[in-house]
Amino acid sequence: MTSTTPAPIRSARQVTWARRRLATGRMWKQLRSDRAGFTGLIVLALFVLMALAAPLIADRSELRDDSSRGQLPFRPPSGAFLLGTDGIGRDVLAQVVWGARVSLYIGLFATVVAVVIGSLVGLVSGYLKGRIGALLLAVDDFFLVIPFLPLAIVLAAILGRSPNVLAIVIGVTSWAGSARLVRAQVLTLSERGYVDRARALGGGGRHIVVRHILPGVAPLIIANATLIVPGAILAESTLAFLGFGDRQSPSWGRILGDAQDKSAFTSNAWWNFLPPGLCIVGVVLAFTLLGRALEKIFNPKLSGR
Amino acid sequence: MSPRYLAKKIVGSFVLLVCVLIFNFFLFRIVDRDPLAKYRGRSKLTPEQKESLIKQFGLDGSKWEQFVAYVKNTAKLDFGRSFDSRRLVTNEIAGRLAPTLLLVGISTVVTIAIGLWIGMRAGWKRGSGFDKASTATTMVLYSTPEFFLGMLFLTYLGSRTGWFPIGGIRDITANYSGLEAMIDRAHHLVLPVLTLTLGYLGSYALVMRTSILDTAGEDYLVTARAKGLRDSDVMKRHAVPNALLPSVSLIAISFGFILGGAITTETVFSYPGLGYATYTAIGNSDLPMLQGLFLFSSAAVILFNLIADLLYGVLDPRVRRAG
Amino acid sequence: MNAPLLDVRDLHVTYHSAQGPVPAVRGVSLQIAAGETLGIAGESGCGKSTMAMSLLKLVAPGTTVTGTVLLDGDDVATMKPGALRAARWTKASVIFQGAQHVLNPVRKIGQQIDEAIILHKTGKPGSKHTRVGDLLALVGLPRRRADDYPHELSGGQKQRVMIAMALACDPLLIIADEPTTALDVMVQAQVLRLLEVIKRERGLSMLFITHDLSVLSSVADRLAVMYAGRIVEEGPAKELLRGSNHPYTRALSGAFPTIGDPASRFAPKGLIGDPPDPTDLPSGCSFHPRCPVVTDRCSSVHVELVDVGGDLSRRAACIHVGSGS
Repeated sequence: MTSTTPAPIRSARQVTWARRRLATGRMWKQLRSDRAGFTGLIVLALFVLMALAAPLIADRSELRDDSSRGQLPFRPPSGAFLLGTDGIGRDVLAQVVWGARVSLYIGLFATVVAVVIGSLVGLVSGYLKGRIGALLLAVDDFFLVIPFLPLAIVLAAILGRSPNVLAIVIGVTSWAGSARLVRAQVLTLSERGYVDRARALGGGGRHIVVRHILPGVAPLIIANATLIVPGAILAESTLAFLGFGDRQSPSWGRILGDAQDKSAFTSNAWWNFLPPGLCIVGVVLAFTLLGRALEKIFNPKLSGR
Repeated sequence: MSPRYLAKKIVGSFVLLVCVLIFNFFLFRIVDRDPLAKYRGRSKLTPEQKESLIKQFGLDGSKWEQFVAYVKNTAKLDFGRSFDSRRLVTNEIAGRLAPTLLLVGISTVVTIAIGLWIGMRAGWKRGSGFDKASTATTMVLYSTPEFFLGMLFLTYLGSRTGWFPIGGIRDITANYSGLEAMIDRAHHLVLPVLTLTLGYLGSYALVMRTSILDTAGEDYLVTARAKGLRDSDVMKRHAVPNALLPSVSLIAISFGFILGGAITTETVFSYPGLGYATYTAIGNSDLPMLQGLFLFSSAAVILFNLIADLLYGVLDPRVRRAG
Repeated sequence: MNAPLLDVRDLHVTYHSAQGPVPAVRGVSLQIAAGETLGIAGESGCGKSTMAMSLLKLVAPGTTVTGTVLLDGDDVATMKPGALRAARWTKASVIFQGAQHVLNPVRKIGQQIDEAIILHKTGKPGSKHTRVGDLLALVGLPRRRADDYPHELSGGQKQRVMIAMALACDPLLIIADEPTTALDVMVQAQVLRLLEVIKRERGLSMLFITHDLSVLSSVADRLAVMYAGRIVEEGPAKELLRGSNHPYTRALSGAFPTIGDPASRFAPKGLIGDPPDPTDLPSGCSFHPRCPVVTDRCSSVHVELVDVGGDLSRRAACIHVGSGS
């Protein structure tokens, strides 16, 4: 009789995490095979690289909102200024490269705010179906109907124009859609047997939400977050264009706003508005493609679309 | 539709409006205990402005008195005076309403019509060349801020080529009247309408496409085909009427975004409507103006949503004749 | 007139999925004479619905249909699109399964029945309204129901509307795909009786598809049993149900107890296993993995339909048939 080595005993937690690692590996492979989504990821990586490498590419002092450098305004691209100069003689390339940091930072921060608020509201209103749930749902409805830009403008005008404040304002006005999605998912999950089973085993509300519902909702939240970022970046660019934002550290939207103020179009200074505009389109499109790919991975039913 | 449905929707809209008004009241209080603290030290605030602020917010009374004053003013449609022009906000808005109505009205109609048509064809022939091309195009347009689009049109169709005017609502140098004046106005509207339309086309096309895809699997389409109908008739007579229904409510939600888009578009083209007024108000930190504009646009969106809900009640026989 | 109304020869239907081609129907031949009802029985997935839909080419785009389908003398399989559309509903119409979603929810019932009449111009001008009313009366519904929407009708009523609609252009053949499956028993009986009356009054032929053999015993003249895309047994309905030659048919009829026959409740019933995946069919006879009387040769020999005991109207595809057993 041959002796057998006992199989390594793994705890339930180890099994769960091993399964999760396997699932993540599978998701990564699926993402790789989705050409659009993977392209989006690459493009994003390039933009992030550009933002991080800003100090190496351009001089930060170029951003200062004054004409102290004595450079001529609206000069077309040349050897000294690869993207020419703007209406007050600032180096456009420097602005675009440093602007990446601002635009990406605000976009991501705003998304975090929106996702956190939205997920909390969605989780609570989906799980506690009583009066609190109904109240939260009503609040959610309210924020869905209110037109976003006028509200954001009013809030930003009152609260201030620093990047962090702008990010919070955008986040506060964008969470309604996520809350809806999360709530629907929570409702679906609570209908499933394992929630009742957990309750029968004595699991309290917090345990059920954290251990059972949250892992079920997490993929949805991540995929949805990736689709909120483009909206947040567009929102920031719009607010910046209209005049909000730090003049000393312009985001891409702000560059466009300055171009508009200084009537770049009459000077045909395409180098002033094409690069920042195309950057916005590029980043937003990349996030959208990535988000749609993630959505398909987490919800295979959508892959037919 | 049943009177109950009608009543429910109207009451719902009214409640929303009231909520917006209350929200507006608290906007300045919850956020900042003493709203005036923010304005201290700002050179723009003259004693008269402070006076008008105090009067508008009723800050010279208790919380409850403030609220009563606010309600009274709101009932009188008094939303304060603009810091910039000193005129009543209500009058300022009324004076700029017409151009914006024209711009947004035309753009909304065109966007919905074209967007729905594109979405319909793309969804019906999923995977076709048209579908792929239109989906790619709408996605790129969706990712483009409408003001950037406006700047491109302004430069290449306006400034560079001179085909279209570079801003404003009419030619102030010429003295047109009658038909010529109308043509001049239309000429000035082309680029702004083009900008606003292309900027928001994508979302309508996408909504309709998804709707048609959902409808495409329905059994009654097989019945229609079995009867011997041509494919185009099956789409037009059976798929589209059903696919339009869920689109109606989503279209209503999108309207709020077109309103926002009007703000930036008018700014790019210096088009003297409510959007441009918003831009100027931002530059001047003209808070009463911004508040008034926010209330106005919220009311407009609520109204539009109500119309869409009622329209749905008429279009869907399952609601019209609650069985 | 001795030529059958419907003459199907060697019909193959393959649809193309993301995983590759799926042969749903693999060489089906059948005939229906004028005034005759042919029942098609089988479990879900055996291809009977696909086969029925393919008779009027109502299959998903990209699906391959080969073979000959002679409907009133014309080959549907090779018809031009225009001729095909003209033949639909006028030569043969369809009654679908589950009237839940086969009617357009935003159109009135009357309009939907009308649509076919107007399209094929089979009504006399000006007589549209009467004709719809007549059809509704025929199926036992009040005429004023023509102004109702589908959601205002019950399941049984909707099925009657479907029948009325199917008769709108005076077809020669009605293809009924599980018309009573979604209905409860009482309504089922009413609808079956209605179909019987209509069939007799108009001399209609019917192709009746179902998985419920007990329904076919009263409705069908002849019966064909399908398994894995092929017909495995066919013959006169009553004879076949009394004693069948194919082990699958025996198992199928055993699964439904006959009311009034206590012995049938104790007969061995049910089959082990599931119907085979069309993309991964067993070798030889497709039924052999589940067959209670399987032999060694069954997995290697391809079995064709053979006449049973010299009687031309009964055939079965089993290795035990024809060898005298």
